[in-house]
Amino acid sequence: MNLDSIIFIVSAAVTLFGAVMMIMQRNPVASVLYFILSLVAQAVLYVQLGALFVGAVLIIVYSGAILVLFLFVIMLLNLRGDEDLGAPSAPVSQLTKYVVSIGIVAEFAFVIWSTVFSSSISTGIIAGASENFGSTEQVARLLFGRYLYPFELTSILLLAAIVGAVVIARKENKDEIEAEAAAKATADEVTG
Amino acid sequence: MFGITHFLFIAVLLFGIGVTGVLISRNIIVLLMSVELMLNAANLAIIAFSRALNVMDGHAFVFLVLTVAAAEAAVGLAMVITIFNNRRSINIDKYSLLKW
Repeated sequence: MNLDSIIFIVSAAVTLFGAVMMIMQRNPVASVLYFILSLVAQAVLYVQLGALFVGAVLIIVYSGAILVLFLFVIMLLNLRGDEDLGAPSAPVSQLTKYVVSIGIVAEFAFVIWSTVFSSSISTGIIAGASENFGSTEQVARLLFGRYLYPFELTSILLLAAIVGAVVIARKENKDEIEAEAAAKATADEVTG
Repeated sequence: MFGITHFLFIAVLLFGIGVTGVLISRNIIVLLMSVELMLNAANLAIIAFSRALNVMDGHAFVFLVLTVAAAEAAVGLAMVITIFNNRRSINIDKYSLLKW
């Protein structure tokens, strides 16, 4: 039991714990915080696999930017406690959900078990890495060299996402907002 | 001695937790985060294979996946805000306008 194994076991356990707690929480803010815990432990796994730069980017961009965006939205929505998210659906459909998810996991695990163990891929992670595997320089050489075209395409994707998010989230104009409020008031009267 | 298979099993378990989250969660925000979790599991598998085969191309793929995840989160959260303004709820069972 060397140090590498201990670090792997601890960070893998924290990753899975954070992920499970994330989907079990009723409070969305607690969910986001558990997801951040899971991501930090996942970054440790990346570093163990030699991906230093990607691990750092995971913490900075993912837990630093994307999940903070989730937190902003949750606080912007100003949820009240009476959302009634915990009401279970019919027992048959509940059972189906768990059977389907366990089946998917079992299938993937079986595929890994039956292919990776019998193939010629070296399963050791310590041996055989080149000198500066995973360094910032090597990643940059790939991104601005062989993968320059996909890299440039992602900038178009991000632009489309920005414009799309703004168009989807904004209110159209004052008249429509008032019409919407009036329609909502009528609907509330009808439903009581 | 532990190898990439252990990392792959962690990735599979993470993916399974993500699928479970999508299926059992009634909260649209947790549902979006479960999708992100599945993307992360795929990233972990890519990095593990990249290390096993000793080629770094996987690291470039992970960057592209991260970009797609960010775009998805931005558009998804914009849609959540719009739906919340119309329905006053984040419970996905209330979003039944298109239900047949």
